[in-house]
Amino acid sequence: MDIFDLTAHQLADMLKKRETTAIEITRSVLERIQKVDHDIRAYVTLTAEQAIESAKEVDDNCKEKISPLAGIPAGLKDNICTKEVRTTCCSRMLENFVPPYSATVVERLNQVGAVITGKLNMDEFAMGSSTEYSAFFPTHNPWDLDRVPGGSSGGPAAAVAAGEAIYAIGSDTGGSIRQPAAFCGIVGLKPTYGLVSRYGVVPFASSLDQVGSLTKDVRDCSMVMNVIAGQDSKDSTSAPVDIPDYTSFLTGEIKGKKIGVPRELLDGLDPKMADTFKKALKKLEELGAIVDECSFPHAEAAVPAYHIIAPAEASSNLARFDGVRYGHRAVPEQGKDYDLVEMYMKSRGEGFGPEVKRRVLLGTHFLSTGNYELYYLKALKVRTLIIEDYQRLFREYDVLVTLTTPDLPFKLGRKIDDPLALYHSDSYTIPVNIAGLPAISLPCGFVDGLPVGMQVIAPAFAEGDLLQVAYAFEQNTPYHKQRPPLKKETAKGSES
Amino acid sequence: MVEYEAVIGLEVHVELRTKTKAFCSCPNEFGSEPNSNVCPICLAMPGTLPVLNKSLLEYGIRTGLALNCEIAHFCKFDRKNYFYPDLPKAYQLSQSDFPLCLHGYLDVETDLETRRIRINRVHMEEDAGKLVHGEGNADYSLVDLNRGGVPLLEIVTEPDIRTPEEARLYLENLKAIIQYLGVSDCKMEEGSLRCDANISLRPVGTDILNTKVEIKNMNSFRAVQRALEGEIERQHGLYETGESIIQQTRGWDDVTGTTSLMRTKEEAADYRYFPDPDLVPIHLTSELVESIRKGLPELPAARKERFMDDFGLPAYDAGVLTSSRELADYFEKCVSDYHDPKKVSNWVMVEFLRLLNTHNMEVRDAKLTPSHLVEMLQLMDQGTISGKIAKTVFEEMFATGKKAGIVVEEKGLLQISDESKLAEMVEAVLSAHPEVVEDYRKGKGKALGFLVGQVMKQTRGKANPQMVNKLLLERI
Ligand SMILES: [Zn+2]
Repeated sequence: MDIFDLTAHQLADMLKKRETTAIEITRSVLERIQKVDHDIRAYVTLTAEQAIESAKEVDDNCKEKISPLAGIPAGLKDNICTKEVRTTCCSRMLENFVPPYSATVVERLNQVGAVITGKLNMDEFAMGSSTEYSAFFPTHNPWDLDRVPGGSSGGPAAAVAAGEAIYAIGSDTGGSIRQPAAFCGIVGLKPTYGLVSRYGVVPFASSLDQVGSLTKDVRDCSMVMNVIAGQDSKDSTSAPVDIPDYTSFLTGEIKGKKIGVPRELLDGLDPKMADTFKKALKKLEELGAIVDECSFPHAEAAVPAYHIIAPAEASSNLARFDGVRYGHRAVPEQGKDYDLVEMYMKSRGEGFGPEVKRRVLLGTHFLSTGNYELYYLKALKVRTLIIEDYQRLFREYDVLVTLTTPDLPFKLGRKIDDPLALYHSDSYTIPVNIAGLPAISLPCGFVDGLPVGMQVIAPAFAEGDLLQVAYAFEQNTPYHKQRPPLKKETAKGSES
Repeated sequence: MVEYEAVIGLEVHVELRTKTKAFCSCPNEFGSEPNSNVCPICLAMPGTLPVLNKSLLEYGIRTGLALNCEIAHFCKFDRKNYFYPDLPKAYQLSQSDFPLCLHGYLDVETDLETRRIRINRVHMEEDAGKLVHGEGNADYSLVDLNRGGVPLLEIVTEPDIRTPEEARLYLENLKAIIQYLGVSDCKMEEGSLRCDANISLRPVGTDILNTKVEIKNMNSFRAVQRALEGEIERQHGLYETGESIIQQTRGWDDVTGTTSLMRTKEEAADYRYFPDPDLVPIHLTSELVESIRKGLPELPAARKERFMDDFGLPAYDAGVLTSSRELADYFEKCVSDYHDPKKVSNWVMVEFLRLLNTHNMEVRDAKLTPSHLVEMLQLMDQGTISGKIAKTVFEEMFATGKKAGIVVEEKGLLQISDESKLAEMVEAVLSAHPEVVEDYRKGKGKALGFLVGQVMKQTRGKANPQMVNKLLLERI
């Protein structure tokens, strides 16, 4: 195996044993990017020079002793602010925006000597499920270059799967880490709302957004969480909880664990997907877990509630992009002038893409006088019902298990003009954000040569339980060890 | 003819003097270089988040308690969404349906009665920046965001105010209370206190609420009173001619002394309020509220009572002296070293306030301190200076900050109490005005005053008046 194909914990071991250096690892990843990124197109901004410099510093100062993430190359979704490095949210609006500050999550990574290779592609302002709404270019799925990597963290997922980063940091508002992790055959964790600071991460929907990791396996996921989790005085919504050593939950042991499978999410599944999922459940039983079907009565209401709450918050969050202080500002033709309102309308009209405009318009509509009670307040009531559903379920079960998404990675361009079909792709992941719970997606099989992801959901701040179940499954299955071929049309059989 | 009464409600914005802004750690200062007190948070750079300044909450609770409000156990911040270049986030953090304080009141003394003005709510919010428009025909405006994110309290009354004068009195009382609390300096000219008014008319004896008109941009308490007087007249005229009142916002122009239409209701913005997801809801314990209540200073109404009880002052004096915390402190400092509060009160209320007003100064700026005044009063008691001379001494002390004894010495203002010297002068005056002496003997009491005046004139006011009186009477 090449260096870029290894996991962070493997590389950390090698660094400790002086079998390699941070520079060597970083060069391997940068060369990999050089070689494959014209096919994958995961990177929006490459920070090769800074990466080499950070790697040198790790080698010179033996920083590998500080943290196993020291010297390990990582990519960042491009909505995570990086001081003096362009942060675009993959929008024309912020195409040239260079923040004078770094997100808290970036500062934590820097403190332990992480090597940042660059900024990764995403759907504009994290609105989308395929990364096709990036204002710059779409990203390709390493398992089949004709297919999407999922979204909105499509760049991070594709980069990790293709060895263009050892791990990546993303954000998840309705499935934006988990669904692309599933599409790209890697591990994606959306932590409990409030576990990881949102400071410096450009918001989509503040009450749903959470920062998390995309890694090659569950141990890497635990290691990243050890660094990025924890209260931040700059984020009022970050929770005052003690952070355990997440790797201590990786026992491989799940005997007696009670696992619930919401039957509402099994209806209408593609037979091959259903079959893969059944096999995964069987594996969990073999490992000693008690797997039961359970009822999640308000599952159906979660998606519509999400599509009210998220755009409502987004319409307000994105209002600051008005062309006054930073970001895109429309320039009138020679000899003409814009008044204030024209300047606003032209700047926003030119700066935002179609999906962002769609959600801003919807959100504005839902918050308007008369609609607020009709839509927004009703959606908040649904939110309470969903939280109560979960509370009831977690009195009986340690974790819940579902597929991460009912879809296989679909072909580029297939759903871009059908927003409703795209919205469907997130129907298993959305309820988790609505309730602010932690959930992980991990590989659980292949259908037609394309990866399938399984989602494990735990009660708030029970990331440990989540990782325990995920690790036991992973260690007893071969899927996480497979690497994508980076070829076109690997999928056998027809479009699913 | 129908007689109308006014139905007035006031919305007051007070800028709080916290050390830092409401949601970031930028200094909260007036008069700095434009855009020097700013950071990524108050510039609303993408990804930044607000964190509530605890002092804002404490100042809000103090104000609510002083205004007899209930302090909410639960409150939250909401976003008030609108586009304007002085509002970087394109929403203002404010409080909509769950404000910090509810159901208070403030008592106002008019000439006729005590009027209780109910307070609907007190809520927390942040200020916007300031636009500086290019001069002349310039086609640009500049934005200064130093003020952006400075904490504000909005204090809203019920429509309980009936006259423009009551409105002014309410504002004066409110300002005094807020200054006593030390949460704001309430300078209308610097914008740290702003007032909007809502007003409608109705036939006396009814309790209907007619279409109201909002008035903005009033820059002084006097302007509030004048604008309301003008608006009463305008609405009255419309009712008289049978025209209807249109709900609207009018702007006050201090130069012309009139209001003009700013916008009608149709043009009003839909602010799309919703709970801010970046700030967590606030749960307040009774312990916290009670500990803040215990720390409240004595407020104007209580201090007025005490001044009447402890110092035997008339209500009027006590009211004037306690109208500002600084003035009341000044007075108390004087009486702690001097035995006659009424005498102190006269000097402070009449001469001191007159000079402050003439020079447009605050108490804290005065060079004439309580110890100056006390020394001067003692010189009067000892007969060293007369009351008339004292006024000159007072003015000199106010102007220069010199002590009374020094002023008297430098200006040669010592009272003449030398009996033989005064007797000589009295003799001279008597022989110069035999006809006046004659008048006095015929029973014209006023004649004595004339003779005293002549002696005072010759001594340029320095003669001891009691002694001159005595010497004259002995010789007539
Ligand atoms: Zn600031």
